[in-house]
Amino acid sequence: MVEPVLQISNLVKNFGALRATDGVTLDLRPGEIHALIGPNGAGKSTLIHQICGTLRQDSGSIRFAGQDIGSLGVADRARLGLGRTFQVSSIAPDFSGLRNVMLAVQAKQGSSFRFFKPVMRDMSLINTAMAMLERVGLTARARIPAAELSHGERRQLEIAMALALGSKAFLLDEPMAGMGPEGSKSLTRFLDTLRQEAPILLVEHDMDAVFALADRISVLVYGRIIATGTVEEIRRDPTVRTAYLGDHA
Amino acid sequence: MILTRENLINFILAAMLLAVPFAANALGQPFYSTLATRIAILALAATGLNLALGLGGLVSFGHAAFFGIGGYVAGILAAHAFSGDPLLFGLSGSKQMWVIWIVAVIVSGLVGLAIGAISLRTSGVYFIMITLAFAQMVYYFAISWPAYGGEDGLSILVRNQFPGVNTMRPLTFFLICYVVLLLALSLFALIRASRFGTALQAARQNEVRVATVGIQPYRIRLTGFAISAAVTGLAGALFADLNRFVSPSMLSWHMSGELIVLIILGGTGRLFGPLAGAALYVIFEFALGGLTERWQFFLGLILLVVVLFARGGLLGLLAGKAKHG
Repeated sequence: MVEPVLQISNLVKNFGALRATDGVTLDLRPGEIHALIGPNGAGKSTLIHQICGTLRQDSGSIRFAGQDIGSLGVADRARLGLGRTFQVSSIAPDFSGLRNVMLAVQAKQGSSFRFFKPVMRDMSLINTAMAMLERVGLTARARIPAAELSHGERRQLEIAMALALGSKAFLLDEPMAGMGPEGSKSLTRFLDTLRQEAPILLVEHDMDAVFALADRISVLVYGRIIATGTVEEIRRDPTVRTAYLGDHA
Repeated sequence: MILTRENLINFILAAMLLAVPFAANALGQPFYSTLATRIAILALAATGLNLALGLGGLVSFGHAAFFGIGGYVAGILAAHAFSGDPLLFGLSGSKQMWVIWIVAVIVSGLVGLAIGAISLRTSGVYFIMITLAFAQMVYYFAISWPAYGGEDGLSILVRNQFPGVNTMRPLTFFLICYVVLLLALSLFALIRASRFGTALQAARQNEVRVATVGIQPYRIRLTGFAISAAVTGLAGALFADLNRFVSPSMLSWHMSGELIVLIILGGTGRLFGPLAGAALYVIFEFALGGLTERWQFFLGLILLVVVLFARGGLLGLLAGKAKHG
């Protein structure tokens, strides 16, 4: 078997008496889209926070790209190649989309302690960033302040930043949220090609997108993974049907 | 440089400030040179704070500490040079401005690094309070240190020297301060446009985003804070030479507040915001202060209007919204 890019083992996180993450074991293999689904309050966000490093697990381990990242901070995990997008898009609103992506490019180069060369005349930085924006289809809107971009465009911008980091895995937190039907469709097509770049852990409520994209699905309920399998296996799983899918399947 | 409206306004502001002491000289009114010098030095101090506050979003309520430390460096070095007593490790004092400046920049930068290292672990109101607390510690330290005047402060008997010129001439001293201000503004502009400036401004706008691309916001902010402290410290050294006097009042929280007010009046994060703000402040102080002792009441009203209706300060009114690239 191929070594997984991301391997989460027996992860536990308690908030007081509430066990928000209850022995979660999950892996992400090269080239796949692994969808994480579950009802509201199942602990998806808590799990993501632990993977990214904003929350520290109580026990269990997280391995990424061959090393234990369970005790690293957010920035260190990002530098190892964990590319992330947020449920509510997270961008620098005053900067143009271009300068947002340029921030990611300079971070990738590890060159944020340069004080004198103007970035807007740094063609290597600009060209790399523009190439990323082109891949997500934002070229025409590159110079507009990010605050003025539409919801869908901000999502594309976040993905461009994750691409610029040369991410070894993408962690996408509800990318379809708030997108219109057209936006969802084009984003689904885009993610379908993105998996060749790096595997994707996709947290998503939009079942059409999940069923269209996922190689495997894990179902999280009350902090536990109750099932992991292919789309067909999950659709047929009786516990999943009662716990979550209902009439969707 | 592209001729935008903001650049034009900046140029006019710089030219106006330069014109004042020459006019004062021609009219035989050296007092106005002193006023212009005061504007230049306060603008320099606020330019330092503008790096932390304007670019980094770090509302430091303790920059008087750096301003005062710069002032005391000038005062102490000059006092030792005058008396001939060695200072530390057998090193003597100095009457040379450029020596004083280098020492002021290094000392205030290092103190900024130490204060920042602790303060930047907090944010929001806590950051404001902890920077205030550090500045008050320095203030009370200066008051209770009799060797350098304690509460009474320390006089600089003769203004320190700069090679080749007579610094006692008001116009000459103004020009020195003016050139230092222009250099600091250039540094600000360079940093703002650089990779470091990009990260610093991004950390102000969205800390999580900066961490998510793999940059630690703490290191970026700490570096920015130390540079900011160093520039404000340099201004303090010049301020001491302007008044030929250093006292704990340079370290008091009023001074920290004044620097924040200057920036808000002029335009937070704008290159020439500090200069516009300092000019407004000193003109108010002079014009209103001549009419009433309670001029700060009216300054308060103006500040209220700016905060409520003109968030971008004077430069926001004149040049429109800031552009960030």
